[in-house]
Formats: sequence, structure tokens, C-alpha cells
Amino acid sequence: MTRNLVVAGFGGQGVMLLGQILALAATEKQLNATWLPSYGPEQRGGTANCTVVISDEEIGSPVVDKPMYTIIMNNPSMEKFEKMVEPNGTVILNSTLITMEPKRTDVNYLKVPANELAEQAGSQRSANMVMLGVIGWLWKDIFTLEELEQAMVEKVGDKRPQLVETNKKAIELGYEFAKNII
Amino acid sequence: MSERILMKGNEAVGEAAVRAGCRLYFGYPITPASEIAEYMAYRLPQVGGTFIQAESELAASNMVYGAAAAGKYAMTASSSPGISLMQEALSYMAGAEVPGLFVDAVRGGPGLGDIQAAQSDYFQLTKGGGHGDYHLIVFAPYTIQEVINIMPIAFETAFKYRNPVVIAIDGLIGQMMEAVEFPYFVNPDEVPLPNWALSGKFRHGYKKNVNTSLELDPEKLEAINWRLQAKYHEIEEKEPRYDYVGVEAPETLVVAYGTVARVTMSALKKMLAEGKSIGLFRPITIWPFPGKALAQKAVNAKRIVVLEMSAGQMIEDVKLNVFDPNKEYEFHGHPGGTTFTPSEIEQILRG
Amino acid sequence: MKIVYERPKTLEKVVNHYCPGCHHGILHALIAEVLDEMKLADKTVGVAPVGCAVMAYNYLDIDWIEAPHGRAVAIATGIKLAHPDVLVFTYQGDGDAASIGLAETLYGAIRGVNVTTFMYNNAIYGMTGGQMAPTTLLGMKTTTSPYGRDPKREGYPVKMAETIALQDGTAFAARSALFNPRAITETKNHIKHAFELQMKGEGFTFIEVVGTCPTNWGMTPVEASEFAKNEMVKTYPLGIKKDVKGSETR
Repeated sequence: MTRNLVVAGFGGQGVMLLGQILALAATEKQLNATWLPSYGPEQRGGTANCTVVISDEEIGSPVVDKPMYTIIMNNPSMEKFEKMVEPNGTVILNSTLITMEPKRTDVNYLKVPANELAEQAGSQRSANMVMLGVIGWLWKDIFTLEELEQAMVEKVGDKRPQLVETNKKAIELGYEFAKNII
Repeated sequence: MSERILMKGNEAVGEAAVRAGCRLYFGYPITPASEIAEYMAYRLPQVGGTFIQAESELAASNMVYGAAAAGKYAMTASSSPGISLMQEALSYMAGAEVPGLFVDAVRGGPGLGDIQAAQSDYFQLTKGGGHGDYHLIVFAPYTIQEVINIMPIAFETAFKYRNPVVIAIDGLIGQMMEAVEFPYFVNPDEVPLPNWALSGKFRHGYKKNVNTSLELDPEKLEAINWRLQAKYHEIEEKEPRYDYVGVEAPETLVVAYGTVARVTMSALKKMLAEGKSIGLFRPITIWPFPGKALAQKAVNAKRIVVLEMSAGQMIEDVKLNVFDPNKEYEFHGHPGGTTFTPSEIEQILRG
Repeated sequence: MKIVYERPKTLEKVVNHYCPGCHHGILHALIAEVLDEMKLADKTVGVAPVGCAVMAYNYLDIDWIEAPHGRAVAIATGIKLAHPDVLVFTYQGDGDAASIGLAETLYGAIRGVNVTTFMYNNAIYGMTGGQMAPTTLLGMKTTTSPYGRDPKREGYPVKMAETIALQDGTAFAARSALFNPRAITETKNHIKHAFELQMKGEGFTFIEVVGTCPTNWGMTPVEASEFAKNEMVKTYPLGIKKDVKGSETR
């Protein structure tokens, strides 16, 4: 089993955190995990992204140019990453913010109103956690919802404990959303 | 058994050094190595160590020189332009036979270059870099776990041969996070103080120790240099490290190290599963270069593919060691701006 | 018979390489005397510079390291952190400490590194054959200021003791000389005081010593001493510039 994922969006949308939580959850499960951030010039133009690889084998390249999964949070990232996705791969896009029409016919699109669901959970800033919930449903063969929530608490609990409840709710809303449309 | 944790490469460098017994770190900020200094500034006071932010790379490297000449595990970390400045201390330390650990998070050059992952310090690290006939011992790990595994070996090797050691990584290894474990914790009090350490005569039998790279008598300097060469030959015999993944005597032999080797692994495994006659030879020490082992693996190879994040530096050592003009040598490089992608390498390897 | 003076035990019984009339030998002997008196020779590490004193390690029976040009205080910083119980001093010339090593020396003071720095100021690069130093006097001819040091062209002599004294990490900064017995006694007092402060962990201690270079000044030893006494001190006034423990110990 090897899964890889690129998460892309504006700086500040928590795309790095989302990737780290997944890598952390994998580490806790004794799986191998790599998390690779974009840094330097790649961050210009409003996009930040990270690549996560999770495997029960030794991980080869942490660099992935044809991801199996992508979570895309805004238009500029859509421009850049939609074309990279592996054929038959999955594009999870934030339909609240992405106005661009999907261009490909050989990948699966999952439109998630991430900001709206996050708003319901208590804060638009938890849109990344909605997406974590979505990936949680898609990767339910690897993680339980509780395992992802626990990794989230570990990652943000100390610094921003006030976000924990909102985040949990957002993860659950994302999970339910994915469950209902797939 | 230690627990597995998710850790950033640069922080793992620091933690590994602490666990290897290093309590003295001297640094100067530079991207993409600054997080190593930041981690040590936070971590060393917790274990009774000292972090100093030096006024320059010149000062930082010479502080390492002083502390190591005093017999202690000491280190600094920097990135290519900073390492250029440290060549002064490195040459002196090699000449005066002072150990010490230097981490180079290699970035694009020449000059200020950029901050992206690169391997274009190969020449400066493996061929001497500074003035004089000397070599640094250079490890080039390809995963964060390998950085961790190498760290205690790096310090031990430095002290065993009384020679500076470099661990060459890059911004990619430094910035990424990976599930790792630290299978050791060395108590620095249990690391014996060498008898050559500058520590006050009372610590070593009341006979004075002098540490110098100066010898104005030309015949004596020549003798010293031949003795150093003998040491380097011994290191070349005993210390080369490499990894090989592939079929026994491949038709296509890929040579790559560090991040490039890791990115290659994905395509390699795919092609091996298809039954292709291919193998990846990965030097773990780039000096001493594992040339003999490489030559053996290359015996049946028709095609030798060298991949580097430079314009072609290690390829010189590859050709020198394979030493066969009838083979087809192929170089592909990314000189410090972008990184190889798995698909790109797959395309290259499929020819 | 009472012995009133003997050769310091820590001063090696070898012939040194300094020129006749050079004051380096006196400064070496003074440091040796103080180390003997304070019984510190066995727990001292000296840092030799690049310059005339490059082989200082041959002259005192203590642990020594020979530093790259200008980096003595950085080297000393590393040694002191490795062994905080050891007395560490750097022995440098004006070019080493105030030109190529200005950053390292000044940072010894800024950081309050608990080591002692000696800077032998003879206004010239002696080892390399008489080039202009950062401390060369205005109007003084050297091989690289053949028309005399003109501040418009070559800038002004650097005042190290005063500069070091300005830094908060400095415990002691002084300038003394070696041109007569009184000056020598004063220098010895500074050395002793600086070492005491270091052993108490007070911070950076700096002793600038106005010396001579008869060879490159083109003078006899006596003329050189007179020049130091009459000319050098006009630009480099002697005295203590800073002393954090002055009232207590002196």
C-alpha cells in the first residue's frame, strides 16, 4: 500500500498543516510517511503546497509529480495542479472558492464546499479540516476518523486548544459529506 | 527500542547530533540550514550544552576548530556560500588534524545562487575545497533516517582519523518531514577526552600539547603531508560506504547520491519489477568515493547513467573509477534550480 | 643568598626568533611570570596568531594552538566552552586582531567571551616585511604606504583598547607598554588583573601593548624604544580604559 497526495492552496489556508496531520497519523500507525513542503520561489504567486506519501513499505521518492490524490483549495492552485494528477486520480476541490471549471476527463473530481462546511463547524479557517475529513473517508482503509482527530489534536492542541472542537466538527462534516456523495 | 516520531530533516540533524554526544554548536544563519541552528539554540540548553550564534561563518567554523582541538564533539551547519567561507577553517583543521562536524545543506550556486536543493558542492567538499593537499570525509545520506544513522558514525570517524567530517544534505532533506527513530543516546561524559586535546597540561600528564598546521621546514612539511596522505589512503581503503539496489550485473547502471538517489528509487523499483537489467549504485560517502565497488558493479554495464543536481561533478569520479572508455556514459543534471521528478527519471532510465 | 628574580619556569629555555630590540620577548616573559605566580600554567591554553608571534607556542610551556589569521578569539571561544575551568588567552598582533580579525576580536568583547586577548601594537606588519598596519601612525612610511600614511588615502590608526572598552561585554581593557621598567611593571599588573578577572568569569579582558619593530621601523633597539615612548603613545595613550572590578582589586 502506497498513497500519495498533494495539498495546494493559499498560504494561510492550512495546507501544510493538513499534510502534516496525515503524515503524523501515519507515523503513529507505524506506517512510513514523508511530508515535503514547497519552499522558496514555489511559494510565490500565492500558492503553497505540500506532498505527503504514506506507505507500509520503504518510501522511495518524497517528490511526486503525478499525485494519486490532490486537494486543491483555490484557483491559482487549480491552474497549477489539476494537470499534474495521475490519470484515474482524484481531485478534491474546494468548490466554495474555486470558480474554474474542471478541464480533465480522465480524473475523478470531488467538489467539496469546504469553506461553507467549515463555517457550519464554527470557523471558515477550518476548511482544511473539512478536507482532512474528506480524505479520511477516501482513505478509511488506512485511518479511522478517531485516528485523524487524534493526530489533529496532537498537532494543534498545545498551541491553539480553542480550535480543537471546531476542527473536530469540521473533520466530521467533511467525512460525512464524502460518505454521502460517494 | 526508541519510538518513531515525525520530524523535520533539519531538526533531526540537531537531535541526532545531541544524541550522538555533541554539546557545542556554533552557527550563522543561512537558508536552508538555519533551522538546524534554531533547533540547537532551543535544544542544547536542555542538555547542558551551549549554542553560540557566531558573527560570521569564519568565526563559527573557527569556534568549532577551537572546541574540537580541545577534544570535544563540536559542530556547525551551513549552506554552500557559508561553506565556502568555512574552507579556511577546514583546510587548517585538516592540516592540524582536528576533527569536527560540518553539515552542508547544499543550495544552488555559484555565488549567492538560490536556496533550492542542489549537489553542486561536490567538488568543493570532495576535492579539498580549501588550499593544500587534504580531504574531508563526506557523507551524503539520502533519507532523514540515514542522516540520523550516520550522525554518531560521523563524529566517531572524525575523531578516529582526526579529520573534519561533512554531512552533505540539501534543502529538500532539511525541509521535509519523515517518520524516524533515534536508536541511540550517547552520554558525552562517557566520550573519552583524547590525549591530544588542548585542555590544560594537568589533564594530560603535564606535557604540553601544541596544535598547529604550520611547519616552516620544507622537508618536515613534506613528511607531514606524506603522513597525511597515508592517512587518506587508509580512509580510502576502510571507509567507503555505498548502497546498491538492482540486479547482479546490470546492463544499465545508474549512479546517484542523496536526494537524487531517493527520487530515482521509485522509477528503479518499477523497472526492476518489469525485469529490466538495471541497478542503482548510491555512494553514501562521496569521499572516500566507493570507486572499487562501483567498478565491480559496472563490469557488464553498457550504459552508465549519472544523475546529479549539478552540471556534472560526481561523473568525473564515476569515469575515473569505471575507467573504461568503451562504455556509454550519460549525464543528466539539474544545477540547483529544480529537482528531478520521478517521471523524468523514469523517462531517462527507459532511454 | 636571596633570589630576587629568576627565569620564569613557564618560559621555555629556547632561543626565540624575535629580532633584537623587539618587545615580544618581554611580553612573553611577563605572561610566563604571571602564570607562574598564579600557578596557572598547567591549566592554560594559549592561542597563537598569524604574524610575528606565530610560533609563540615554542616559547611558553603551556598547551597551545596556532589559529588561522585573525580568528584567534573565535578559536579561544571554542576552547573556553570546551573547558571553562581553563585559562584561555590569545596572543595577537595589530594586523591579526585589528584588521583581518577585527570582527572576531570585537565580538569577543560584544559577546563578553571569558578569555583574555593580548594585542601587540607596533604599528606595522612585521612578519610579512613592514607593510602598513591598521595601527600605523599618520605620516609613517611603510612598504605599502611609501609616501607616509595619509588619512585621506589610508584612513586613520585604529584605537583598539578604547573601542573594546566601549563594549558592554568587556571586563577590562587597557593599553600599556614595554619601553621602560615602569611600563613593564604596569603591563604585568594588567596581565595579572586580567587573568584574575577571567578566572572569576567576569568577561572579555583585553590588553593592548605598545611595542616596537626596530627592523621594519629602520631603527636601533634603543631608538625604537624611544620612538614607542615619545611617538607611539601620542596616538595610543596608555592607561586603563575600562575595568569592571577596578575599585575592588586595585
